[in-house]
Amino acid sequence: METYTLLREFADSWFLIAMFTFFIGTWIFAFGPSLTPARDEAASIPLRDDTAKCAETCENCAPKTDVKKGAHHG
Amino acid sequence: MFGGNLVWFVFWGYQLFIVLAATGYLLGATQSKEYAEPEWYVDIWLTIVWVAYLIVFLGTIIKRKERHIYVANWFFLAFIITVAMLHIVNNLAVPVSIWGSKSVQLFSGVQDAMTQWWYGHNAVGFFLTAGFLGMMYYFVPKQANRPVYSYKLSIVHFWALIFLYIWAGPHHLHYTALPDWASTLGMVFSVILWMPSWAGMMNGLMTLNGAWDKIRTDPIIRFLVASLAFYGMATFEGPMMSIRAVNSLSHYTDWTVGHVHSGALGWNGMIIFAMIYFLTPRLWNRGSMYSTSAMNWHFWLAMIGIVLYASSMWVSGIMEGLMWREVDDQGFLVNSFADTVSAKFPMYVVRGLGGVLYLAGAGIMCWNMWMTIRGYARVTQPISAVTPPAIDTPAPATPAE
Repeated sequence: METYTLLREFADSWFLIAMFTFFIGTWIFAFGPSLTPARDEAASIPLRDDTAKCAETCENCAPKTDVKKGAHHG
Repeated sequence: MFGGNLVWFVFWGYQLFIVLAATGYLLGATQSKEYAEPEWYVDIWLTIVWVAYLIVFLGTIIKRKERHIYVANWFFLAFIITVAMLHIVNNLAVPVSIWGSKSVQLFSGVQDAMTQWWYGHNAVGFFLTAGFLGMMYYFVPKQANRPVYSYKLSIVHFWALIFLYIWAGPHHLHYTALPDWASTLGMVFSVILWMPSWAGMMNGLMTLNGAWDKIRTDPIIRFLVASLAFYGMATFEGPMMSIRAVNSLSHYTDWTVGHVHSGALGWNGMIIFAMIYFLTPRLWNRGSMYSTSAMNWHFWLAMIGIVLYASSMWVSGIMEGLMWREVDDQGFLVNSFADTVSAKFPMYVVRGLGGVLYLAGAGIMCWNMWMTIRGYARVTQPISAVTPPAIDTPAPATPAE
């Protein structure tokens, strides 16, 4: 059998099924009710560990104003 | 971050790649493939840098402390792996000599064309879409200070986009030597691709649910919303243009140029501006950007610039397409190519103006960044001090202006 025919047969059958199964699997993974807490936790990742560094009077955070030289307009 | 000095290698290595690619353009070294012009020596260098990038990224993911991998990182990983695959396959070539820049492609004819557009379309799909969606899934929730609208949708969005995008390439080859079934396949997948694209756009926009007022008050949110709106427009326009009948009018015209620019300047550009405005004060430890009104100026200059740019290219492209296909009652073509070029002149003036406005906005951003990094803070007057209330209070002793 020619390589093309062989690969073509494989692509049109088993690999197609494998890819489709995987794709359906991602939907089950996405909508699985038991995974709701995991999803909520994942969704909150970017908003965690955000220490408000500038909340206190902090030397580093205070912007250097050059008010002494006259207000800087921009 | 994993990798230590490898991170610097990726940064400077990529800069070197850009310089090498640019010198190739100037010196005429090209393998004549769109988005893949650089010759074999540049391609090999980029492969090395890109693999280093993958190592840095994967290493960082593997040594993470979080249990889950946030969806933005999935998009980034898909972007890095797919671009590596596309780059290697499309650049399979044999150098004529190790002392010369010329090389010969491994594929030829329609196979080469198909490989090129499999590469070309997915370079857009994974570099300018998946990579930037990764940025979107981080910066939109971060700036709106609320989690992404639906994590379920983000999972479906990711896998659907990854599974569909890779098939859309053949729509670049309608009416060519490529078999009809292949270009129809590309067309169908392009139309289906509209759905995950809009799912992603809606997921980003709906993250602002309950915080819509921020569009008015927060310029960064405004940039992000505009970016998503352009993403939505470009991902509607793209599937439409991939339909064979539409493509027969739009292909090779300025319509394509307008489509690409509304995507690149609108979606990619606006999200980059939002990211720069988000990161600059944080990286240099400033409270905020130096000037909010400069950010607003930038936003409107960019918006007007893109609108002028895209609309002039639509008009020009459709005109061009209609002029090219016009035949008289004898069946002869009415217009020569030069006729279309001279007819396009006014549209090119508008296009140029749009580009200048967009660039001017970016110039304002650079100035604003400079002032922020230098550490200046604007002294703004509360409104009450500028316009004293109508009752009998004395005006402030020292008006600031």
